[in-house]
Amino acid sequence: MFPFNFEWIWDMPHMVFMGGLWYALGILGLGMTYCIIKAAVDAGKKDAGNHVGNHARNHD
Amino acid sequence: MDSAFIPNGVRRCAPGKFLVVLAVAGAVLLWGVYAMLLCWFKGLNQTNMNNNYGFALWIWADLAVIALGGGAFFTGFLRYIIGKDELKNIVNYAVLIGFICYSSALLILAIDIGQPLRGWFIFWHANVHSMLTEVAFCLSCYFGVLTIEYIPLILENRGIDRVPFLHHLGHNMHDIMAVFAATGAFLSFFHQGSLGGVAGVLFGRPFSYREGFFIWPWTFFLFTWSAAAYGPCFTLLITKITEAVTGKKLVKDNVVELLAKISGWMMVTYIIAKIVDTLYWANVTAPSKGLTLMDFYSHNAFYGVWILILEIVIGGIIPAAILITDKGRKSPAARTTAFVLAVIGVCVNRWVMVLQVMAAPVMTFDKWALYYPSWQEVATTILPVAYGVILIAISYRYLPIFPQEPELNPID
Repeated sequence: MFPFNFEWIWDMPHMVFMGGLWYALGILGLGMTYCIIKAAVDAGKKDAGNHVGNHARNHD
Repeated sequence: MDSAFIPNGVRRCAPGKFLVVLAVAGAVLLWGVYAMLLCWFKGLNQTNMNNNYGFALWIWADLAVIALGGGAFFTGFLRYIIGKDELKNIVNYAVLIGFICYSSALLILAIDIGQPLRGWFIFWHANVHSMLTEVAFCLSCYFGVLTIEYIPLILENRGIDRVPFLHHLGHNMHDIMAVFAATGAFLSFFHQGSLGGVAGVLFGRPFSYREGFFIWPWTFFLFTWSAAAYGPCFTLLITKITEAVTGKKLVKDNVVELLAKISGWMMVTYIIAKIVDTLYWANVTAPSKGLTLMDFYSHNAFYGVWILILEIVIGGIIPAAILITDKGRKSPAARTTAFVLAVIGVCVNRWVMVLQVMAAPVMTFDKWALYYPSWQEVATTILPVAYGVILIAISYRYLPIFPQEPELNPID
């Protein structure tokens, strides 16, 4: 899973396979980090409370 | 008692009735948990698996729930990537059903590996030449995607939504849901395919072995295709069952018909590919291994040609024919029949690709090896059903899963 695992080899199968895994995990991790930080910033704004409850139930 | 947490504009049953449902499903769940603990503490000798059946009922259940849960990725793909806006009215439920299916699949795998304390080895010491490693990676990541898709729904609960941070978190997650949905579609394509690929590369098992493209046998593409085609039928069937249980209309007919139509056409294309694949396998692949089609469907007490007909004709051609016609789609009875047949069809496909593969003799001196699951295997396979009922009951009661419900069921 990591280059420091004893069985790791820098070959194409490892790079494609593990690259795919880390790519997917990276998108999910970065996406969630963005959402959490933005939510903290939004919630910290003075008027944030005014939006709560007025928000449409279905955001779509 | 819990009215402060029930969504606005909808009516729910009395708490007592709700608790009775939870208690009944909970009793079944506990039976499954007991069997699961037996498997964990006493080992896989609690099952009827043997040298012929390294893969058995659990792997069938795994493949079946993953295919049925395919409605989540395909509905999400249609809603967020293709832009079918009407499907916003059913995508929440598709996500919930997908979440239940995939968490169940992971639970079954945790029992099946026999030594769950070493479950992390598949990630840490990954065999990068194994399709099952790819399945483990994609399955786990996709479960993460489904969790991310389910969280905003939880955050819309009336009680939770009052907390500003959680309110904004749910809103932000909605805003970039297309990114998560696209990642989910990517992951699903590969793990659904690799599950089929596992059967297709078994060159020592002529029943499942297939030629293919590059490193992927045709079963790789057929499994992905069938999950996208049949998964939405399961979503629609569970929606229909939920409507029957609650006595309410929860999704408008135009939404159901749209998803049913897309599913029907996907099934048509899939079943044509499946028939071509079967004909090629029966006339070219199997004979090249010294076997004929009837070698796989005779001289045993269970597997006859009927199972091929059940899978392709009754569980494939008939539901597809119903769903692609206007008349069939608009008739609730015909539509529901098509959903049931489609679910049976894909489950039978997964059954034969797991269990008939193991049963069919390979050597001239081999005999058919039939298998009967132990009660522990059955109980742990029923466990996810009870878990699903509980999660659906709780989610339906406290979360706005069906956006059209208040409009379709106005409170006087």
